[in-house]
Amino acid sequence: MDIGMFENILFAMVRTGTPLLLVALGAMMSERAGVLNLGQEGMILVGAACGFIAAYAGSSLGWGVLAAVISGVVVSLLFAFIALTLISNQVATGLALTIFGTGLSAFLGAGYVGQTITGFNTVKIPLLGDIPLIGKALFEQDLLVYLAFALFAAVFVVMRYTRLGLIIRAVGENPDVAHALGYKVMRVRYGAVMFGGAMAGLAGAYLSLAYTPMWSEGIAAGRGWIALALVVFASWRTERILLGAWLFGFASILHLLLQGYGYEISPNLLAMLPYVVTIVVLVLMMYRQQNQGLFAPRSLGQPWHSPK
Amino acid sequence: MRIEKRLQDSRAMMYLSPLLALLLTLVSGALLFALLGRPPLGSLYTFFIAPISDLYGLSELAVKVTPLLLCAIGLTLCFKAKIWNIGAEGQFVFGALIGGAVTLQLADSEGFWVLPVIIASGALAGLVWAGIAALLLTRFNANEILTTIMLNYIAVNLLLWGVHGPLKDPEGLNFPESALFASQTLLPVLFEDYRVSIAIFIALFMLLVIWVVLTRTLLGFQLRVMGENHNAARFAGFNGKKLIWLLLLFSGAMAGIAAISETNGPVGQLIPTLSLGYGYAAIIVVFMGRMHPLGILLASCLLGLTYLGGEMTQIDQGLPKSITGLFQGMLLFYLLACDLLISYRLVPGSNQTIKEHKV
Repeated sequence: MDIGMFENILFAMVRTGTPLLLVALGAMMSERAGVLNLGQEGMILVGAACGFIAAYAGSSLGWGVLAAVISGVVVSLLFAFIALTLISNQVATGLALTIFGTGLSAFLGAGYVGQTITGFNTVKIPLLGDIPLIGKALFEQDLLVYLAFALFAAVFVVMRYTRLGLIIRAVGENPDVAHALGYKVMRVRYGAVMFGGAMAGLAGAYLSLAYTPMWSEGIAAGRGWIALALVVFASWRTERILLGAWLFGFASILHLLLQGYGYEISPNLLAMLPYVVTIVVLVLMMYRQQNQGLFAPRSLGQPWHSPK
Repeated sequence: MRIEKRLQDSRAMMYLSPLLALLLTLVSGALLFALLGRPPLGSLYTFFIAPISDLYGLSELAVKVTPLLLCAIGLTLCFKAKIWNIGAEGQFVFGALIGGAVTLQLADSEGFWVLPVIIASGALAGLVWAGIAALLLTRFNANEILTTIMLNYIAVNLLLWGVHGPLKDPEGLNFPESALFASQTLLPVLFEDYRVSIAIFIALFMLLVIWVVLTRTLLGFQLRVMGENHNAARFAGFNGKKLIWLLLLFSGAMAGIAAISETNGPVGQLIPTLSLGYGYAAIIVVFMGRMHPLGILLASCLLGLTYLGGEMTQIDQGLPKSITGLFQGMLLFYLLACDLLISYRLVPGSNQTIKEHKV
């Protein structure tokens, strides 16, 4: 294998991993605050549809990204209101969000199937982009990939070094204690869920404005669910999410590699790979966690309301 | 307005909540239609009444109810025991794939045994697919929500592989579809000129079976206890793993039969978009139907209607058929919101916090 091909594989791996990275960062944040939002898939889809429609109508990618983020936050608020304020079962409510988001995005996007726009172009960063092997993968991407890197760094710093990160974790570990200490549990949880909505919306924008600049029904193709598994894989730790996203990105482009070597395998069978990898990784992680204790935030998914 | 915990759960609200959710969905639907510049009441009529205003419409409703009800029957047992099987969709699709392959093999076979073999193959395939999730859950403790969802995507890709590859109709025009199933491999219809088949009786019979199981057997008691309290179930000496296996396998078999009711019924061949999301809609059926046999029968009629309504709205109003998913999502959202009123009540007052009674 020559250097060029290796560079291209790394490049594709980072690109494919980017939406997973974004969604998983958001999902991790809300899970760290104790909220299990299984609606990631629905939020990505709504973001992707709204982003594409706005970019198409306003003929500006910027509007598209903005619309995707806002729509992601709006639908995440639906979830937050029902799951947090109305104290519903979070598993069922997350599923409802995915079903609703799938329906809403298909409905909104129906008139835009087959339309095309010019998506985000790659922007090469001078000097850094010329680094052999990794230069192309890390420094010759489009703006949304760089934005994802920046957001990753921001989440990493917030979770590890700031008071806010500490509060979020306290709320997720033990909301009663956090409440007794005077922290606004509800506000933190709402904020975390909305952040998740923004990230999923952004991931949607990445799919419909950069990765494949078009809208098609179900464009998220299970990425919301894979991202949720990715959070488990990462044991709710930010730095591992980046590695995981790239690993899953690699699994998704493995078929390019196999085709490059001349293997004749049905594309439909190869399309199963990311899902199979997800299951394998889940099994391995659960096996490890059984031996080392669970890493999940302690109050994850449990309804909570402020006691009088 | 303030939320206050009830002294005990309200049974009345438990049954009223789905009706309230339906009402809110109708109101939101009317608003949506108005927003889209369509007559609100007329459009609601088109969606909810027109599709079942004649005998053919009612028989079409039964066609939709059949797979929904079969999937929901299995899911009801799982959800009661708090096993979150989101995989009815994949179990359906895999059941269709294997059942379809067997059907194509039996294209030239005659005999009373042909249909039972096909139905059994579909059921067995669904069972195997659910069995993978059961194995992963009991052996490796892998979260069943994520594994069943992944298995859904895998099954869909397997079906695509099948209709693009080995099961593609050799005499078709290179469309990704299987050959049309031979007439003796199709489920007999109940009435001439209508599409509803004998599968509806299988569904109703199984509904009766789980009704008896839930109310009259130790098994029903066990899964209720397990759903309410995993620890209590363990103390009582119930074998949790065995129960997980049993419920998931049963649920998978039901989804597999649901698949045969479609492939060897109204569809009559394998196509890429076999399931219109029945496995997911069945989840809404179970919640709307309060996990009660009679309830899920009614709820599967309502969810079945959303499919017919979507088609009718597309023809009549020129709106995308995917409005079906929008209505389904709204129903579940409103239901979960209204369910607050089972354990809590709203009392006037400005205090935002929730008052807890010391009992």
